Amino acid sequence: MHPFALSRTDTPAHAVAEHARDPQLAFIAGGTDLLGLIKDRAAAPERLLDINGLSSLSRIDLGPDGRLRIGALARMSEVAAHRDVREQFPVIAEALLFSASGQLRNMASIGGNIMQRTRCPYFRDEDGLPCNKRRPGSGCSALHGLNRSHAIFGWSDDCIATNPSDLSVALAALDAHVIVLGPTGERSIPFTDFHRLPGDTPDRDTALERGELIVGIDVPASVEARASHYLKLRDRASYEFALVSAAAAVAVDRGRIRSVRLALGGVAHKPWRLTSAEAALRGAKLDDIGKLKSGIAASFKDARPLAHNGFKVELAQRVAVRALQIAGGRA
Amino acid sequence: MSAVTPLMSVTVTVNGRGRTLTVEPRTTLLEALREHFGLTGTKKACDRGECGACTVHVDGRRVLSCMALAAMQDGKQITTIEGLARDGVLHPMQAAFIEHDGFQCGFCTPGQIMSAVAAVEEAKAGWPSAATDDLAKSFTLADLSRAEIRERMSGNLCRCACYPNIVAAVAEAAGRS
Repeated sequence: MHPFALSRTDTPAHAVAEHARDPQLAFIAGGTDLLGLIKDRAAAPERLLDINGLSSLSRIDLGPDGRLRIGALARMSEVAAHRDVREQFPVIAEALLFSASGQLRNMASIGGNIMQRTRCPYFRDEDGLPCNKRRPGSGCSALHGLNRSHAIFGWSDDCIATNPSDLSVALAALDAHVIVLGPTGERSIPFTDFHRLPGDTPDRDTALERGELIVGIDVPASVEARASHYLKLRDRASYEFALVSAAAAVAVDRGRIRSVRLALGGVAHKPWRLTSAEAALRGAKLDDIGKLKSGIAASFKDARPLAHNGFKVELAQRVAVRALQIAGGRA
Repeated sequence: MSAVTPLMSVTVTVNGRGRTLTVEPRTTLLEALREHFGLTGTKKACDRGECGACTVHVDGRRVLSCMALAAMQDGKQITTIEGLARDGVLHPMQAAFIEHDGFQCGFCTPGQIMSAVAAVEEAKAGWPSAATDDLAKSFTLADLSRAEIRERMSGNLCRCACYPNIVAAVAEAAGRS
């Protein structure tokens, strides 16, 4: 592994100051993504700052208004097992339980989960094939290479990678916010603005700036969150990234959709909210499959499949319908 | 490439015994266990967090030692496969693996057993899994079906494909523990 120095920090303000002044410094919490990147030579930080000593960031709290605050250092397994999360935000618990393995869920932090880099095999390739995310300006090997697992929405000629975080899909659907501490204080980033589309700067995955530390995630309470579901389709039955996944959260009045939130995973560089479909589905009966299908199709007019992933266009719509039905069954 | 980085001193408890070691920051827990402490029961296979062969317990939780830095374990309690038996008596999970022939070549077995011991503890603690039907319901050991065991053990690969026997071993050990 590339050599690096390692130090520890005890206060968020110190962590932020260190990160702000040192462009070669990276935070490390669970390390399950970062160490893999370093081993694959896709990251080469000179200094790591161990933030696990920031114990105030490990909490999982349900506020008096029902709002959920997940500390950035809470582990995936702790959040998934949390009683309030399972009851009030099942889509979050499911997204976590369908991620990674038992061992990795014990290690990986929530902040690190949403910071995961793409699983595009060209990005992680140890032989250093062209990749604009890894070496800006070198080109995209996937665009005309093997792209079965890649994006159908929002991609650019510079990058067609997809975001691998299941949790992020659930958080995008629930209108969560990422709470970030920077040199001038805290700011709150709407989850759907946290990850970026690639454009011509695919090396930047998120809206975070140098000197910013994720301290937690806020998820507002909602009727929809209680009737929510995460459905993940993958090539293996377990311990695999999504080919396509959907997070659905729905409020229902006498069998008709009062409001719905839908987000897809495995289809874009960021969790992909289906805003057109959400509008089109209002008032639809949950057992009217034709109406559900046509409503969801409203968000697929701008789908742009690649040479090997055309199947995702149909698959993603079916996954969204099924996720919506299962969520509706919980309403 | 940066210059040589400063070595770090770490104090940990390994299988009940306090130990101090000096490591490079990039040394993984797996490498420290094998190369510094001579505990070669923990195996290095993929070295990328994909196969589970390096599974150990840190503060009672199963983790992948290949994806953890030794220098970040200061003050932790670490248990490896060498620390499971008590006074020469095998842990019930070890005995169950032998009884059910839960291995062939044996390379993945330490990781399988360490993972299984912790997986049963997680089930006892009421943790659900992706195979759990109703997340709102409290999970109990009685709910630990074969499907639950397969899902909870999916982070441990066995290229000899001893999976049916591994599942049988875990089921029996869960019942008797």
